[in-house]
Amino acid sequence: MAQMNMVQAINSALDVMLGRDPRVVVFGEDVGYFGGVFRCTDGLQRKYGEHRVLDTPIAEGGIIAAAIGMGVNGLRPVAEIQFADYIYPAFDQIVSELARLRYRTAGDLCAPVTIRTPCGGGIRGGQTHSQSPEGVFTHVCGLKVVMPSNPHDAKGLLISSIESEDPVLFFEPKRIYNGPFDGDPHKPAVPWSSHPKGEVPDGHYAIPLGKADIVRPGAAATVLTYGTMVHVAEAAARLCGVDAEIIDLRTLVPLDVDMLCTSVRKTGRCVIVHEATRFSGFGAELSATVQEECFWHLEAPIARVTGWDTPYPHAFEWDYFPGPARIAAALRAVMESAA
Amino acid sequence: MTQSRLHVPHPPARPGETPDFSYLKIPPAGSVGRPDTLAPALQIEALGTEMVRVLDEQGHAVGPWNPHLEVEELQIALRHMLLTRRFDERMQRMQRQGRISFYMKSTGEEAVAVAQAMALRPGDMLFPSYRTQGLFVVRGRSLVDLMCQCLSNTHDMCRGRQMPIMYHWAEGNIFSISGNLATQFPQAVGWAMAAAIKGEDHLAASWIGEGASAEADFHHALTFAAVYQAPVILNVVNNQWAISTFQGFAGGEQRTFAQRGPGYGIPGVRVDGNDFLAVYAVTRWAAERARSGGGPTLIEHVTYRAAAHSTSDDPSRYRPKEDWQSWPLGDPVVRLKAHLIALGEWSEERHVALEQQLEAHVTACWKEAVAYGTLNEGPTLDPLSMFEDVFHEMPAHLRRQREELRRLLHGPDAAAARGEGAEG
Repeated sequence: MAQMNMVQAINSALDVMLGRDPRVVVFGEDVGYFGGVFRCTDGLQRKYGEHRVLDTPIAEGGIIAAAIGMGVNGLRPVAEIQFADYIYPAFDQIVSELARLRYRTAGDLCAPVTIRTPCGGGIRGGQTHSQSPEGVFTHVCGLKVVMPSNPHDAKGLLISSIESEDPVLFFEPKRIYNGPFDGDPHKPAVPWSSHPKGEVPDGHYAIPLGKADIVRPGAAATVLTYGTMVHVAEAAARLCGVDAEIIDLRTLVPLDVDMLCTSVRKTGRCVIVHEATRFSGFGAELSATVQEECFWHLEAPIARVTGWDTPYPHAFEWDYFPGPARIAAALRAVMESAA
Repeated sequence: MTQSRLHVPHPPARPGETPDFSYLKIPPAGSVGRPDTLAPALQIEALGTEMVRVLDEQGHAVGPWNPHLEVEELQIALRHMLLTRRFDERMQRMQRQGRISFYMKSTGEEAVAVAQAMALRPGDMLFPSYRTQGLFVVRGRSLVDLMCQCLSNTHDMCRGRQMPIMYHWAEGNIFSISGNLATQFPQAVGWAMAAAIKGEDHLAASWIGEGASAEADFHHALTFAAVYQAPVILNVVNNQWAISTFQGFAGGEQRTFAQRGPGYGIPGVRVDGNDFLAVYAVTRWAAERARSGGGPTLIEHVTYRAAAHSTSDDPSRYRPKEDWQSWPLGDPVVRLKAHLIALGEWSEERHVALEQQLEAHVTACWKEAVAYGTLNEGPTLDPLSMFEDVFHEMPAHLRRQREELRRLLHGPDAAAARGEGAEG
């Protein structure tokens, strides 16, 4: 066991997989000699050479297309898109090609590509360095979509993603790269070393895709969330005193419907939290699923707390961010609502 | 007075007008030099503006690019091209009869796919586009399999998931055809990068039409190919037409498509795409360059789309009917046949006999293919199979949806709807 922040845990996962599997190659903008703008690939090119850890041109569409070709030729590519906001030039290659190659060839050809990309706001990134586009990709058949909330999960989930036979979009909430952020930007930063999930095994371990995690057991209401918002939801529960059961989805596709619904059937109340915009966001899918599966157990309407349906504004970041106060208000509301 | 202007390109002739190919500068066969395969890209820029040609007007192979193929290989090549054409014609007819939903012929451009597949090695990975069915023919995929794909029947390699002509062949090292044009171009570069990373001797080749070269994927492919000097052959099949827009709408009025190569530091070679020997020779040159560490080559094949874009298209609406008859580079089948006759190794009689033999083969293949079902007649694929291969292992939500469809198709309600099993 070692103390790691999320950057170090991701670096460790890549290190483990590059060491174990000669088919693994890691590439993207600035990931090679420099080690990545967030340092996730620091030292890997020195250790594994520039045929295994490569810098690429600034061309996201080219990066993903090349990854597909490499995957078809027997490699296990791990491509980095420097910010999730930059992923759109690769949209066609991801949606029309990567996601459907196995399907359209009836299983004869596939490309087991992992796409790592930092997402989310709270770093003064404005509308081109703060987006959470996971819902855009959960709508695509054939992609697995993962978003960890802590170093321990990040490493185990990234290893599973690289070992997956399916393409995986691995979103890294960059606000929590260095510490668990509870939604209050005015408090001093807390390091991962103070958090139990900052304890990370050195070697290989896998956390299966498709398994959610109960990060706070509770009886009064269920909170469904993922990424940075897991920590914000925990702060909100402390703030309002509601005995919330907080579930970290960890994998959005495939979704651990059983765990979510077991919890909602138990508590009868559900608050869905994500940083991404609300309209047609992943929360809408969660809300529909809970309604379909748990309707007769619900004591109150399902609540959603999300980013507003605007681009992420640079100057009003903390008015945009769905912070603890908004989540606490939603928790109180579902508690007060009479069935 | 000066004024800016918007130039909207116009093809040289529209329906009812006389075909005009004066824009095409065609040098005599044998007049273009053949540089060393490792010549620096910028020293051989002229290859992008000239046109490599081997077969002259009398059907003789001339000049430094003559690949000096054995007669037997030339006869095989003619057979492959003719078989491709017969196959295309049969499938077009079957579409008109409503047996398949759609088809795309490669008529007039058969030399490109056939010559290139013959010039490459079986281990080289091919990333095809529309109108490269000749690749499958040369590599020996049975016509029955190709027909079954077009029929979406029980023998369909794609299990009913793709429109006709979107073939693939993993064992034959041919990638899957995509309806989103140009995506395969940078994928081929990635495949070639992997071959180099693994230290293998294989190269990748890909094809797009000149129209699709306007896509960003073209730029990505050439950039990545140049940066990593990937062992890849990138082919622009300039058949003059992208559905209804002529090659000027992809930038062909200003420069040749081959000339884009040197802009990236990649050799660009322009070749007479209807000259089997020239296409073969240029491909060999590019393959030797790639296998010797010389990196990528961009090849522009100058040819003409003799048929409609697809069975859904009517070219008489946008180009002269007799355009192809006036095409100055002729018909690739006729030209290779004339060459063999000039060599004394072929005759009209043998040609007719071969055509009859191939037509009988296509008929037999079709008969076998339809026995596996058509879109309208059984046997049919199981609709429940549509849930497979979305993921490596079927996740719970897809298993649930499959059950829902199973109940619709086979449950008591379905039986009742068919008037079966009703009591009282």
